[in-house]
Amino acid sequence: MRVSFEVNGRQLAADVWEGESLLYVLRERLGLWGSKNACEQGECGSCSVLLDGQLVCACLVLAAAADGSRVRTVEGMEADRVGRAVQEAMVEAGGVQCGFCTPGFVVSIADLLSKDPHPGVLAVREALAGNICRCTGYVRIFEAVQKAASRL
Amino acid sequence: MPRPDAPAKVRGAFDFASDLRAEGMLYGRTVRSPHPHAVVRRIDTAAAAALPGVRAVLTAADVPGKPFYGLDKVRDQPVLVGVGETVRYAGEAIAVVAADHPEQARAAAAAVAVDYEVLEPLTDPVQALAQGSSLRNLVIRRGNPEAVAEVVVKGFYEVGQQDQAPLGPEAGLAIPDGEGGVDLWIATQALHVDLRQVADALALPPERCRLRLAGVGGAFGAREDLSMQIHGCLLALRTGRPVKMWYGRDESFVGHVHRHPAWMWYEHGADREGNLVYVRATIVLDGGAYASSSHAVVANAAIFGCGPYRVPNVLMWCGAARTNHVPNGAMRGFGAVQSCFAHESQMDRLAAAVGISPLEIRLRNAMRSGDRLITGQVVSGAAPVADLIRRCAELPLPPPAEGRMALPGGAGNLAEAADISRGEGWALGYKNIAYSEGSDDYATARVRLERRNGHAVALVKTAAAEVGQGLVTVCQQIARTELGVEEVELEPADTLIGDAGSSSASRQTWMTGGAVREAARLVAEEVLKRAGPPGRGLAGGQVVDDEGAPLAPLALLLDEPIEREFEHHHRQTGKLDEDGQGDAHVSFMFVAQRAVVDVDPEAGLARVAQVATVQDVGLAINPLQVHGQIEGAVAQGVGLATMEEIQTREGLIRNASFTDYLLPTAVDMPEIVSELVEEAEPDAPYGAKGVGEPPLIASPAAICAAMRAASGRELCRIPVRPEELSGVSETKPPRELIPGQPPA
Repeated sequence: MRVSFEVNGRQLAADVWEGESLLYVLRERLGLWGSKNACEQGECGSCSVLLDGQLVCACLVLAAAADGSRVRTVEGMEADRVGRAVQEAMVEAGGVQCGFCTPGFVVSIADLLSKDPHPGVLAVREALAGNICRCTGYVRIFEAVQKAASRL
Repeated sequence: MPRPDAPAKVRGAFDFASDLRAEGMLYGRTVRSPHPHAVVRRIDTAAAAALPGVRAVLTAADVPGKPFYGLDKVRDQPVLVGVGETVRYAGEAIAVVAADHPEQARAAAAAVAVDYEVLEPLTDPVQALAQGSSLRNLVIRRGNPEAVAEVVVKGFYEVGQQDQAPLGPEAGLAIPDGEGGVDLWIATQALHVDLRQVADALALPPERCRLRLAGVGGAFGAREDLSMQIHGCLLALRTGRPVKMWYGRDESFVGHVHRHPAWMWYEHGADREGNLVYVRATIVLDGGAYASSSHAVVANAAIFGCGPYRVPNVLMWCGAARTNHVPNGAMRGFGAVQSCFAHESQMDRLAAAVGISPLEIRLRNAMRSGDRLITGQVVSGAAPVADLIRRCAELPLPPPAEGRMALPGGAGNLAEAADISRGEGWALGYKNIAYSEGSDDYATARVRLERRNGHAVALVKTAAAEVGQGLVTVCQQIARTELGVEEVELEPADTLIGDAGSSSASRQTWMTGGAVREAARLVAEEVLKRAGPPGRGLAGGQVVDDEGAPLAPLALLLDEPIEREFEHHHRQTGKLDEDGQGDAHVSFMFVAQRAVVDVDPEAGLARVAQVATVQDVGLAINPLQVHGQIEGAVAQGVGLATMEEIQTREGLIRNASFTDYLLPTAVDMPEIVSELVEEAEPDAPYGAKGVGEPPLIASPAAICAAMRAASGRELCRIPVRPEELSGVSETKPPRELIPGQPPA
C-alpha cells in the first residue's frame, strides 16, 4: 500500500507492507535514519518523533495509521530555535556519549521546552523518563536541558 | 572540548551499524534453538528456501573454514550447530537466512524445520563445578591459609545476572568484494579480535576480510564476542550481495554474553581493632555454555576478591561453571563487581563485630602504594585509598527527599514521607587496567602531518573502537598537544592498520592513547629535524624555540608529508603460579563511594538519593568525559543494586525485553557528587589511568549497604528485591560451602 506524510516540512510517500511501523518506513523506505531502533517496543524512546505535534515512539505507530499526518523527526529539529538550542546544549554539556539515544532525547527535550520553557528539576526527570540512556547516567543530559532553557 | 562526533549525533546524522545500507542489500536472520540442551537430529531448509524473496539458507555444512569461534585460546563456540551436534544454550544459532525484506527473512527463519532430541539442561552452577563441568578454577594462597583470628565474620552473597544493554542492537553490513573477499562494517569493541575469528571461519586470509568500524551504540562488554559477524559474511559471500543483519532486543538478550551471576561464601578474620588477619572465600560464577572471557573474569573476581585492603593470609577459590545458559563474559567491571559486593558486605559485618564504623574499618585496612595484592604483586603506582575515603566522607550529604516523585515508589504514589527511613552505605572498589596474565598487550597508531591550503593538518589512524567512551576526543587532544596543530582528523578505524586491541578493561586511553602520543612524537621529531636549531618544540602551528617563541610556521616544513607509525606495548605482565601468586597486572585504579538511599521498609521500595564518589584517575586528560564515564557507570551500578536482572528458569531467559528487563530511567537516577584524585601514574602516558569501570564496581555494594542501614535487613543479594527489603522473604545459600574450599 502507498502512504504519504509531511515529514519535516516535505511531502513524502512510500510503498509499504501493511505491517511496517512508522519507524521502519522513516528509516528503510524514506532514508531518515536519525530515529533509532533500540527496543522496538516503546520502552526506550530512541525513536521519538512528533506526530501531528504529539510526542510518540515511532516504533509503536503503524505507518498506515500515520498516513496523511505531519511528522517531525530529529532531522527536522534544526529548523527551529528550540531544536537548535537543544542540539547545541547537548554537545556542549557532554550529554552525548555513544549517541544512540541522543536523537530521541533531542526530540523529547525540544518537545518539553516548547511546552514548558523553564522546567523544574523533577519536571525534567519526569518528562524524560520515557527515554533510556545507558551511557551518561542522565546527569549531563539534565544539564543540557537547563543550558538550552537558559538560552530560550 | 566537545567530542568530534557529537554534532552529527545530535542531528541524527551519525551512522550506527544498524543504519547502514547498500544497493541491492539483503536482510539476514538467524534460526536459533528454543532448547538449552539438545542434539540436532535433522535440519530441513527446503520449505524456507522456497519462500518468496529468500536468497540463501545456510547451515553448519556451509561454513568453509574453522567451525568454532571464541575469545579464549580454546575456541569452543560453533558458528552454527550442525546435524548430529549438540546445542548448549537456548538461543544458539542453527542456520542463517537472507531475503529481500526483513519480514521475508523472518518468515524463512521460522520455516527452517529442525528436529531436536531434547536433553536435560545443566543449570545449577554449584552442581556443575562439583561434577567438574568448569571453564576455569583458580586458587589463591597467601601467607597462612589456615590462619585464625579473634574476630570472625561469615557471610553468603549472591549477584544476579546483569545485561550490558547497550542501546544499539548488534548489527553489521557485509559486502562481498566480487573477488571472493568481503568488507564487513561492524559495531564491535575490537576489530582485529573479530577479524581473526571471521577469517578463520571463512577460510580466507585476513587481508581479504576487511573489518571496518561502524557507529557503535554502546558496548560495556557486550561486543567483545562475535554476534552476526561470521553469519553476515557467509550470507554475503554465498549470495554475492550486501547483507545487513541486526538483532531485535529479544534476540540481543541471547545474542551476546552477560555479566556472570555469582554465589559467594566468605569468611573474614581480624584482630580486636579490626585489622584484617585473613580472608577465606569461595566464589562460584556461572560461565554459561562456552568459554567467552570466563578465564579472565575468574582471575579478576579472585584477585580483587578481598578489596583494596592489606590482607596477610588468604585462601581464595574461584571457579566458572560450564552450564546450559547463554554464555557469560565481559561486562564493565569484569568479575570485580561481583566479588566487591561480597568483600564490602563483609567489611561492614566486621566493622559491626569490632564495634567501629564502616569508614574506620576501611581506613584501618586501606591499601597503600607499595603494599601487596593477595597475589603478592606490589602496587607500584598510585594507590591513594585512604585519601579517597576521607575526601568522599567530606562530600555534602543530600537534603531530605522533597515531593512525591523523589520518594521510593515515585509516581506510583505509594510512600508516605513519614514512613521513609534513610540509610548510608560505603564501598571501596578496585581493578586492573588493560590485559593481564602475560598477554602481549599493544596498540598501533599512525600519525600523518601534511599541508592543506597552506596550513598543517594531522591525520590519526588506529583500529581502536570508539564505543561511546570518548576515545576519539582523547586521540584528537593528544595529537593537538604533541604537534601543536589545531586541525586533527581521525581516519576511519579498520583492519587496514595494525591491531589496537579491544575497547575493554579501561585500556584504550593508556594503550591507543599512548600509541598516538608516540607516533606523534616521532612526527614532531622529524619536523624539528627539518627545522634545525634553535627549533625545540611545536605550538600554535609554529616551530618554537626553548622559550616558546615562534620561529616558523609548521606548514612551511611540509613540502613532503610526514607519516610515522608506532606500536605501543605496556609493561610485560606475568602468569599466576599454582598458588595464584604473580605480577599479573600492569596497573590499578581505585574508588571510594558513599550511597544514601531512602527506603520504604513496609512496601520494600527504595530510591537512591545520592551517590558520592571519589576516584583515583591518574591525571584526567578530559575531565568532562571522565565525569561522564563516572556518572554512567554509577547509573549501571544503581541498576544492578536495585532492578537489573536477567531472569532464567530451566535454561530459558524469561525477560528478554526492555519492558521486562528494567533499566534506570531519569527518575531513578540519584544525585551524583563526584571528585577526582589526580596523582600521575608513573608508567601511563600523561599519567592517565583508565576511568570507566571502578564506579560500577563499588556502587552496587554501597547502595545495598545503605539499604541495609535503612531497613535493618540482611540483604545478601543484589539486585535487592522488594520482598527481601520488606522482610517477606530472604535469600538463602543454595548449599553450605566452606569458604576457600571448592564445591564438592
